[in-house]
Amino acid sequence: MPHGRAGMSAARQNGAEAATLATPPAKAQDERLRRSSPFAALLRRPELGAIGGLVLVLVFFGITANSAMFTLNGLMTVLNPSAQLGIMGVAAALLMIGGEFDLSIGSMVAFAGLVLGVLMIQLHLPLLVAVLGTLVVAALVGAVNGQLVIRTRLPSFIVTLAFLFILRGLSLVGLKLATGGSTQMRGFHPLVEASSLAPFFSGNAFGGVFRFLAAHHVIESLPDGSPAAPGVPIAVVWFVLITALATWVLLRTKLGNWIFASGGDANAARNSGVPVDLVKTGLFMVTACSAALVAVLTVFDAGSTDAMRGLQKEFQAVIAAVIGGCLLTGGYGSAIGAFFGSIIFGIVSIGLTYTSFDSDWFQVFLGAMLLVAVIFNNGLRRRVTGER
Amino acid sequence: MSAALDQFPAAAANPAASPRIDTPLIEIRDVRKEFGHVIALAGVSLTVRAGEVLCLLGDNGAGKSTLIKTLSGVHRPTSGSFMVDGKPAAFSGPRDALNAGIATVFQDLAMIPLMSVTRNFFMGREPTRGVWPFRRVDFKQCRDVTHAEMRRIGIDVRDPDQAVGTLSGGERQCVAIARAVYFGAKVLILDEPTSALGVAQTSMVLKYINLVKSRGLGVIFITHNVRHAYAVGDSFTVLNRGRTLGTYRKDEIAMDALQTLMAGGKELQDLSSELGGTV
Ligand SMILES: Nc1ncnc2c1ncn2[C@@H]1O[C@H](COP(=O)(O)OP(=O)(O)O)[C@@H](O)[C@H]1O
Ligand SMILES: [Mg+2]
Repeated sequence: MPHGRAGMSAARQNGAEAATLATPPAKAQDERLRRSSPFAALLRRPELGAIGGLVLVLVFFGITANSAMFTLNGLMTVLNPSAQLGIMGVAAALLMIGGEFDLSIGSMVAFAGLVLGVLMIQLHLPLLVAVLGTLVVAALVGAVNGQLVIRTRLPSFIVTLAFLFILRGLSLVGLKLATGGSTQMRGFHPLVEASSLAPFFSGNAFGGVFRFLAAHHVIESLPDGSPAAPGVPIAVVWFVLITALATWVLLRTKLGNWIFASGGDANAARNSGVPVDLVKTGLFMVTACSAALVAVLTVFDAGSTDAMRGLQKEFQAVIAAVIGGCLLTGGYGSAIGAFFGSIIFGIVSIGLTYTSFDSDWFQVFLGAMLLVAVIFNNGLRRRVTGER
Repeated sequence: MSAALDQFPAAAANPAASPRIDTPLIEIRDVRKEFGHVIALAGVSLTVRAGEVLCLLGDNGAGKSTLIKTLSGVHRPTSGSFMVDGKPAAFSGPRDALNAGIATVFQDLAMIPLMSVTRNFFMGREPTRGVWPFRRVDFKQCRDVTHAEMRRIGIDVRDPDQAVGTLSGGERQCVAIARAVYFGAKVLILDEPTSALGVAQTSMVLKYINLVKSRGLGVIFITHNVRHAYAVGDSFTVLNRGRTLGTYRKDEIAMDALQTLMAGGKELQDLSSELGGTV
């Protein structure tokens, strides 16, 4: 943007001139500004609610759950489902901040599983090619979602609800066609084990570190000397990396500013020169790809794919994002919040099995959390914008 | 309002600062804009020159906002010619207009209430540092510039990281104006910028318009207030129901005549005398 630069330098050049205008005397401190403590600034952060919720949930399970939950192994057991949800939750948060929803990502997990199966098992493509191919297909579906939303100006809720059914149906029909009648496709394990790239998508990371720590009795070990927790599930590593990347993009980059702007007021953003349609389409592609990545990780983990994979994950991802402080109306939220929202989710879903409660309380808990989060976020928005 | 204007007796005549460049910055002829069945602009022509303030006057619904949205790339004209720097221009969006040096303060301000003053100020034009995969917005520069520019327009932003939604209407308008002045390299368009401002801020904005003009930029200033227009304008274009009623240089028309023309004839004068001359 050479012109943009020129404009800015022109403005700066003339700055000295402009300064001759009555510049109000610089006051050391505006008398109308109450000294805002770092604590007050913290109260305005979107992830505040999620961190509060996490503390509450930890206290609850600290009291009620079997202590096995709070071992390293128990932690990994909780984090794995958190990560499988959270990869989508963080992407859903970005999309929600950008002002849109994607209700098709749960079905996208199943559909991506089908594509992966066809590419790997039936077409015998190498693992990396199959994974990349799956991501490309997902990105295309995301782009279709995005373009439909932009061109029809329909709410993304409706458009992606249609794709929730379309993709689920395609997964069922496709799997039956591919397997000759079954809605499951098996046989991933031998192919994954044969690939040198498998460690990026399956099993545990940092196994060596864990063995070393166990050998030196830093972490718990089994009687045979191997660590009780074999390592960090690879999904958790992806989850952390994706959260870090998303946070950096949101808070530090141009694209991040454009995402907030597109969701805050698409028209105002457009009039200020933000390529809103491009940003939104890109976000739909990212959410679809996040679902495809989850498909790859879970399919390689289980060794099979199934047409019912990812069922209701779209709602759980939205809930994680909302618990994480995203406003349903867009323009506000955080990736870290969605990260904690997903962890809360994992803790509650797995944690109940460590307690004496019936684990079907999970859904009740979930609905209640959602309600509390939405009410809390509404209050937060009022505080941030000074709305009364 | 007249108190504000009395501070600028010299604002009207500023002969030193009119570099007469023959190619107009913007020239449009017979521009039409239709929204379905609605004809918002039915053939409008105007010329913006460097170092001149063109005031666009007209009643509500005359098509002023539609016209400037066409100039700033938001709308594409249905027909008519649109030249920037003597070359035909076809903006495919506001970004193109900004890149061509045309910055606009829209009537709705184009600000995002949930975002901070700084992020709003640089929205779409963020300065970056670092090389690509690590390229990031230079927030320190953003904050410093925002603070300085806001102070210059007479608003001491308490905290540049506070959300725009917490600012008053007038403060918001000042952020939008400061932003456009900062980024407008050639032409500055202001759509009713003083509508939510108090006396002090209004005079500050009028001063600003003069300053920008003396830098050699072209200015389009939309207002309902003939006094404001007369205080800073070099020429006046009056719009009525999507058409130009005429363009007058300052020495060709008196303030009263302008007022009458803008109101579309006698009715307002009658009303005005009915109300004892207070309108
Ligand atoms: N996007 C649009 N779709 C349909 N009609 C519009 C649109 N924008 C403006 N108009 C119509 O064009 C006319 C001129 O509007 P506008 O330019 O906003 O007037 P002004 O700014 O002079 O008050 C109005 O009658 C308005 O209803
Ligand atoms: Mg208007």
